[in-house]
Amino acid sequence: MSGDASGVDGESRATPEADSRPLPGEQPGPEDREHPAGRRNLEGIRIDPVVEAEQESRRAVISALVEDEPGVLARVSGLVSRRQFNIESLTVGPTTVDGHSRITMVVEETDSGIDQIEKQMAKLKPVISVGEVAGDAVTSELVLLKVEADDPAAVHAVSEMYDGRTVDAGPETITVELTGDKRSIDDAIGAFDRFGIVEIARTGPTALARGNTPTAPGEKPGTAGEPTTHDD
Amino acid sequence: MSDTAAQPRSDADESADSSAATDEPTDPEERRTAGPVSTGAESVVAALEAAGAKTAFGVQGGAIMPVYDALYDSSIRHVTMAHEQGAAHAADAYGVVAGEPGLCMATSGPGATNLVTGIADADMDSDAMLALTGQVPTEFVGNDAFQETDTVGVTRPITKHNYFAGGADTVGDTVGEAFELSRAGRPGPTLVDLPKDVTQDETDRTPGPATPPAGTDPDPNADADAVEEAARAIEAAERPVCLFGGGVIKADASAEARTFARSYGIPVTTTMPGIGSFPEDDDLCLSWAGMHGTGYANLAITHTDCLIAVGTRFDDRLTGGIDTFAPEAEVIHVDIDPAEISKNVHADYPLVGDAGRVLDQLTAAVRDAPDAGAWRDRCEEWKETYPLTYATPDDEPLKPQFVVEAFDEATDDDTVVTTGVGQHQMWASQFWSYTEPRTWVSSHGLGTMGYGVPAAVGARVAADTMGEEDRDVVCFDGDGSFLMTMQELSVAVREELDITVAVLNNEYIGMVRQWQDAFYEGRHMASDYTWMPEFDKLAEAFGALGLRVDDYDEVAPAVEEALAYEGPAVIDFHVDPEENVLPMVPSGGANGKFAAAEDQL
Repeated sequence: MSGDASGVDGESRATPEADSRPLPGEQPGPEDREHPAGRRNLEGIRIDPVVEAEQESRRAVISALVEDEPGVLARVSGLVSRRQFNIESLTVGPTTVDGHSRITMVVEETDSGIDQIEKQMAKLKPVISVGEVAGDAVTSELVLLKVEADDPAAVHAVSEMYDGRTVDAGPETITVELTGDKRSIDDAIGAFDRFGIVEIARTGPTALARGNTPTAPGEKPGTAGEPTTHDD
Repeated sequence: MSDTAAQPRSDADESADSSAATDEPTDPEERRTAGPVSTGAESVVAALEAAGAKTAFGVQGGAIMPVYDALYDSSIRHVTMAHEQGAAHAADAYGVVAGEPGLCMATSGPGATNLVTGIADADMDSDAMLALTGQVPTEFVGNDAFQETDTVGVTRPITKHNYFAGGADTVGDTVGEAFELSRAGRPGPTLVDLPKDVTQDETDRTPGPATPPAGTDPDPNADADAVEEAARAIEAAERPVCLFGGGVIKADASAEARTFARSYGIPVTTTMPGIGSFPEDDDLCLSWAGMHGTGYANLAITHTDCLIAVGTRFDDRLTGGIDTFAPEAEVIHVDIDPAEISKNVHADYPLVGDAGRVLDQLTAAVRDAPDAGAWRDRCEEWKETYPLTYATPDDEPLKPQFVVEAFDEATDDDTVVTTGVGQHQMWASQFWSYTEPRTWVSSHGLGTMGYGVPAAVGARVAADTMGEEDRDVVCFDGDGSFLMTMQELSVAVREELDITVAVLNNEYIGMVRQWQDAFYEGRHMASDYTWMPEFDKLAEAFGALGLRVDDYDEVAPAVEEALAYEGPAVIDFHVDPEENVLPMVPSGGANGKFAAAEDQL
């Protein structure tokens, strides 16, 4: 045997032939090569390497119209967990169209992350339409709050202050129902804290776009007799 | 995208049309009619026949028996595999070679779970495949009945979509839809879970024409304005490079890709799944980029100022560290799946559409070729500086790369190569010169050891079904990979399938050994495979031809004998256990800083 190298050309060979080309050990190493100065950030966006800026995450409300079929919630929640999207809440409920449901998700993600959630959800077969609800969306959630009933009058006063409604009053506890956006709910819970909160159940926010803007892209009301359709 | 709505097209039709030997089964007329049926199972088979399915790979079992019974009189050829995983891989490879969805079948419970690896493999590589699984009768579902598994739940994250068949009247339509969905838009595996009562129940409902669900068959054309903008970027580029991915092959867009690159003198790299989309012996071709891609491909995608990426999802084995991936490039990203745009690498010019259609749009939109003469010269210098070579000292054992080259020289360009996963896979992709699409059949995204032998079975059956009995099918396997699925050799013997398996036996799970040497101080924990059986004798026991090769001078005669043998042949090549796969980009490293030799790691 010749003892050095083989090539990619030539006739069928019984033994390796000499190769004039450089062997791996004869090829320049990384430090002997030029390297570009540019960089990308974690989102794959080209950046100025001197002022490296990471994208800030933000809170976004995503609304999806889905076919109301078995497993649709599992598909959506499985997608969210498998792709490690940061999700605050997820609610599901019927729409104006029979057989369709609305999923409302509140997520905490970068712009790229929000874009990915929308695109990945759109690929799920039962998802008819999905998009971020415009920034000034109407959002609201329902909270049931059970507090200790040591001072019913004070509980009642706080409840009135936050437009709450007493839905159960007993000798030991009072249960109040609150609705509102995240900030007013958080404020109310802070105010009830001094009575001693026993239990809380929150639905998580649900949302609609204001005015004539459809909440999910291309969404049409069922009352118009038109089924909501795929927006592509 | 309404400006392009005047030219709708079915993705399925397009891919079938350009796949020469598949015109008969995918003829639209023939696809629409299904014969009369009397049970759900007959409806399933009628739907498959009407959709153009010609071959199924599977394993019998209790819950799927009604469907098998309906196959008894079917035109669909069923190939019984030794293991359900083999059925899934065979169906996957069949689809890759034939350009139409592969079909695999298994019973409930363990049958279905054994398919899972193959379904996940098809999912990662976006291969069109339909899996049919038996299920316990509907009334037992949820009761933990014998051989019950929540197959829909288990396969939900690894299918494009999956279905639980609801009744005998609708099951045929469901199966037809799942078949079409698997190849609509971005291909991928689908699954229909078939409760035994659904397939056994009577029905006279003939399945209708199979169509993918609404909204799953996207517009093949990219937005015209976006194409114009991308064309201007290409014209202005000084260092343009194409990156052709597996999407080019799936879209049957190799001709369009070649026309585009050659028209404008743009050097071409491919991804590993994109191997074969552009001829590797073309002067413009820099072969494939990524962890074990060529040095020149990795340098080109590192230094380019305009990356024209088509049908690729920028997998981490391709990009290395994202921070250093094509860091100075404007990225033009063509993909049929909008979710791939800016998922891993930001696209400056996103073009959502079918690879072939959009490449044609770009070819038409670019007015002047970029001024890239100096860049092409630079790429050529890199080719000369960093060739794929290997040393063959007298005192070292047979080198595996030599075996790959010997097979390449002994076979025609249309030869199908399948592989397992590991070092042998890398050598098979590096030292074989691919010139045609659908000739490189491997497990890319999932990296499934054991893919090679069942894939060779599927590839052989596909080629035979297409009337291409003269094509060679060569499986390069590792000793570790071969031991995982070698039972499918029995299928190749039974079906008289002409395949050649070249085991590059280095008595290690070699890629792990290589990493242990590089990153774990040479501690060979559980990577030492000196306990392997004698594969040539095992092959003979299966009824195949078994050969063993230890030295260079035995290689050519053994290759010749195995290729000439009518039927399955296995050559156990005892190669250098110390040989490493080079070049190598360390995981998460910069492509441009690849190690050409071990001591550069």
